[in-house]
Amino acid sequence: MSVIYLLLTISIVVALVFFAAFIISVRSGQYDDSYTPSVRMLFEDELIKTKAAKSDPKIKKSIQLNKKQNL
Amino acid sequence: MFQNMTKCYHCSDNCSTTAIVFDEKNFCCNGCKTVYEIFQTNDLTYFYDLQSGAGTSPKVIEGKYDFLNSDKITRRLIEFDDGTIQIVNLFIPGIHCSSCIWVLENLKKLHPGVTNSQVDFPKKMIRVTFKREEVSLKDLVILLARIGYEPYISLDDYDKGQSTTDRSILYKLGVAGFAFGNIMFLSFPEYFEAGEFWLDQYKGLFRWLMFVFSLPVVFYAGSDYFISAYKGLRSKLLNINVPIALGILVLFLRSSFEIAFNLGSGFFDSLTGLIFFLLVGRFFQQKTYSFLSFERDYKSYFPIAVTRLNEEKKEETVQVYDIKRGDRLLIRNKELIPVDGILISNKAQIDYSFVTGESEPVKKNSGDKVFAGGRQSYGAIEIETLKSVSQSYLTQLWSNSVFEKDKATIFQTLTDSIGKRFTIAVLTIAIIAASFWMFHDSSKALNVFTAVLIIACPCAIALAAPFTLGNMLRIFGRNKFYLKDSGVIEQLALIDTAIFDKTGTITTTQSKAITYEGMELTAEEESLLKNTLRASNHPLSRSLYELLKEHNIETLDDYTEYTGKGVHGVKDKSDIKVGSADFVGHQQQSDYKSTAVHVSTNDLYKGCFVFHNNYREGVSEVFENMGRYLDLAVISGDNEGEKGRLEKLLPKLTPLFFNQKPTDKLEFIKELQANDKKVLMVGDGLNDAGALAQSNVGLAISENINVFSPACDGILDATKFRYLNKYILASKKAVKIIKLCFVLSLMYNVVGLYFAVTGQLEPVIAAILMPLSSISIVAFATLATNMIGKKLN
Repeated sequence: MSVIYLLLTISIVVALVFFAAFIISVRSGQYDDSYTPSVRMLFEDELIKTKAAKSDPKIKKSIQLNKKQNL
Repeated sequence: MFQNMTKCYHCSDNCSTTAIVFDEKNFCCNGCKTVYEIFQTNDLTYFYDLQSGAGTSPKVIEGKYDFLNSDKITRRLIEFDDGTIQIVNLFIPGIHCSSCIWVLENLKKLHPGVTNSQVDFPKKMIRVTFKREEVSLKDLVILLARIGYEPYISLDDYDKGQSTTDRSILYKLGVAGFAFGNIMFLSFPEYFEAGEFWLDQYKGLFRWLMFVFSLPVVFYAGSDYFISAYKGLRSKLLNINVPIALGILVLFLRSSFEIAFNLGSGFFDSLTGLIFFLLVGRFFQQKTYSFLSFERDYKSYFPIAVTRLNEEKKEETVQVYDIKRGDRLLIRNKELIPVDGILISNKAQIDYSFVTGESEPVKKNSGDKVFAGGRQSYGAIEIETLKSVSQSYLTQLWSNSVFEKDKATIFQTLTDSIGKRFTIAVLTIAIIAASFWMFHDSSKALNVFTAVLIIACPCAIALAAPFTLGNMLRIFGRNKFYLKDSGVIEQLALIDTAIFDKTGTITTTQSKAITYEGMELTAEEESLLKNTLRASNHPLSRSLYELLKEHNIETLDDYTEYTGKGVHGVKDKSDIKVGSADFVGHQQQSDYKSTAVHVSTNDLYKGCFVFHNNYREGVSEVFENMGRYLDLAVISGDNEGEKGRLEKLLPKLTPLFFNQKPTDKLEFIKELQANDKKVLMVGDGLNDAGALAQSNVGLAISENINVFSPACDGILDATKFRYLNKYILASKKAVKIIKLCFVLSLMYNVVGLYFAVTGQLEPVIAAILMPLSSISIVAFATLATNMIGKKLN
C-alpha cells in the first residue's frame, strides 16, 4: 500500500509544477496588461501593398488580405 | 451644412473649411494628409480598415523636443541602455482604439532603427526598443508626433525614475489558492469519517501534509492581516483586521495542537479557505483605472526643460529645476511657462486653462507679470524669471501640508468601525462561554474558547465591503465616473456639504453662449463676416463662425489676419474688421467683464458679439436636487461678472464666492471641516488642487478624461455632470447594502456560535459554514449592487 506515497508525491509534484508556472507567468508580467494581448492576437501581417509595390513579384508573395477577409 | 458632410479620412473630424483631397480621400488638414501619406508609403493603410477615421491630427511644433538632445535628461527617461540598444516607455494619451495598437506596434516598419514596440493599452503606454546608432530618442518622439501619437513627457517622468509594479497580491492569491485546493483534497477522507482501514493508517501523513501546506498561507499570504492588526493595536484602534488576525492565529495554533497530539484533523481547510476568500475580496476591490492618474500635481503638467537665452543671446536648453531668478527664457508658441516672471516681449496671449479652467487667453503687455502654469498661445515670447519653479505662485500650493497626508489613513471605514464592536462582543462571548464550561466540564473550556474565536472570524463581514464597493466602482466606471479607490464611495455617502468651482466645473469650456449687441447687420454684411471668419483659426472666430447662419462660400478679394488683434476682409469694395475694440477703432471702453468680439464695416463701428460662459446642461437640476439634503456653495477664482446669471440659475440663497485664490479655497474647506462638515469639492483646474486634496471627497470634472486633471479622489466625465446627484445617492445605497450584509453575516455567526458555545464545533461544520456565509454574502452584495447599477443607466 506504499503506493499511496508514490501517488501523493506525484500529485503534489504536478500541483507544484502548475503553481510554478503561475508564479513565472506573474513574474514575467503577463498579468500586468490583460487587455492589449487580446487585441494583438487578432492582428496578422496586414501590410497592404500600394500599387507601386504590387509590381514587385517578391513582395507579392507576402500576405495580402483584402477588406472582406479581415474582421 | 453641406461642407460639413465630408469627414476627414484620417481623424473623422468635420472638414469645415475646404477639405484637402488626396488619393480620392478627404482630409481636414495637411497634417492628417501627411500621416496618411506616411502610412500609405509604408504599407500601413490597414490602419483605416481596422477602424475608420481613427487617427489624430498631428501637432508638431518646431523645437519642442530640443531638450531631448541633452544627455542628462534622456538618461533619466530611458529605462534600459546597453550602449547599442535602448528601451524607453512613453505615455501617449492619444491611444484609444485597436487601430492605434496596430500602427504603434508596427513602428518598426516606419523606422528601421526601431526593433520592437509594444503597447500597453490600459495604461496608454508604449515600450519601444530601438538602436541607439540609428535613431535617437528625439527622432523617435518626433516620429510618433508626426503620425499623430505625440508622447506626453513631463517633469513627472524626470523625477519619477523607474517604477516597479507591485504584484504581491497575485502571488499571495496564488499561494493561498494552491494550498487551499490541496488541503481540501487531503481533508476529504476526514469529512466522511470513513472507518476505512487504509485511510486510518495514513491519517497522520495527510494531516502533516496539510500542516505543511498551511505554513506559507499563514505566514506569507496572510501576513498583511497580522501587520495591519498590529499597526491598528499600536495606534489603539480595533480595526477589522484584529478579529481576523486573531481568528487566523487561533485556527492555526489549535489545528497544529490537535494534529500534534492526535486529537483531531484541525481546521486547515477553513483556515486556508478563509485567507483565500479574503484575498479574492482584496483583489476584486483593487480595480484601478491605470490610464487615469489620481495623484497628479503640477509636475505632470510642466515641461522637463525650457529654452534659456544666455548672455550672448544664444538659445540653450535648461532643465526647469536649474532655472534661476533673473534668467531669460524663450517660451515658444503653445509652450507652458514654468516659473513666474515678467514679460519682456511686446505682447503675449496667455492661456491659463490649466490653472483656472478658463479657456480664453489673457492678454499681457511688456512688463506685466506672468504666472507659472500659463500657456503662451500666439508666437514666441521672452520672459525674465522672478522666482524658481518651486516658489512660484501656483507651485507653492503644493508645499501645503495637505498634499503630504494620505486620506485613506485619516478616515475610518465602515468595516473598521464595526470591527471594534465586533471584537469586543466576540471576546466577551468567548470568555463567558469558557468560564461557563470551566464549572461544568473544564476539559472543554479551552476548546470552546478557541471554537468561538474561530467561528466568529469575520470573514463574511470583511468580504461585504470589498465586493459591494468593488462592484460599485466598476458600475461607476461604466458610467464614466472614475473613482480612485473603493473607500471614496463610503466617503461620498457621508458628505453633507458640496462646494463647486465655477469656471470649467459648472460652465463648459467647449461651447459658448454668444449674444450680439449693437446695430443690426445686413444680410450682405453677415455673409461677409462669415466668409472672413472662415479663414481664421482663432478659437473665438471658430465659435462665432459656427453660430452664424449659413451663407454661400465667396472668395474674398483681400484677407489679412493680425495676430492677437483681429481679421480684416475685403469683398466688392466693402470691407470688414473683426477683432478687439482697438483694432476695429472702437474707443469707448465697455464695462463688460466678459470676452467680446467687435465688428466694424467700412470703418463704421457696428457692435460686438459678447461671449458668455455657458453652463453645463442640468446645472440647475443638479443644484436643486442636491440642495435638498446638502449645503451647497459656489467658489470661484473669477470676478463677479457672472454673478447675476448664476443667481438666476441656482436655487435661491446659494452662497456664491468670487475672487478666491487657490489657497483661499483650501482654507474655506478647512474651515467647514473644522465645523464638523463632511465636504465634497467639485473642481477642475490646478487652482482647485488644494481644495480637492483638503476636502473629504474631491471630484474633478473633465471634458476629456485622457487629458490631465489635478490630483483628486474621483474623475467625472463632464457629459455625466447632471447625474452627479444620482451617483451620490447610489453611493448611499451601496453603504446600506454593506450594512445589510453585516446583518446577514451576523446571522450566520449566531448559528456558528451556537455550535461553538455548546462545544460541538466539528471541523466539517466550520468548513461548511465559512464558505457558505462568504459566498452568500458575495452573491447578495453583487446582485444588490447590480440592481443599483441598472437604475443608473
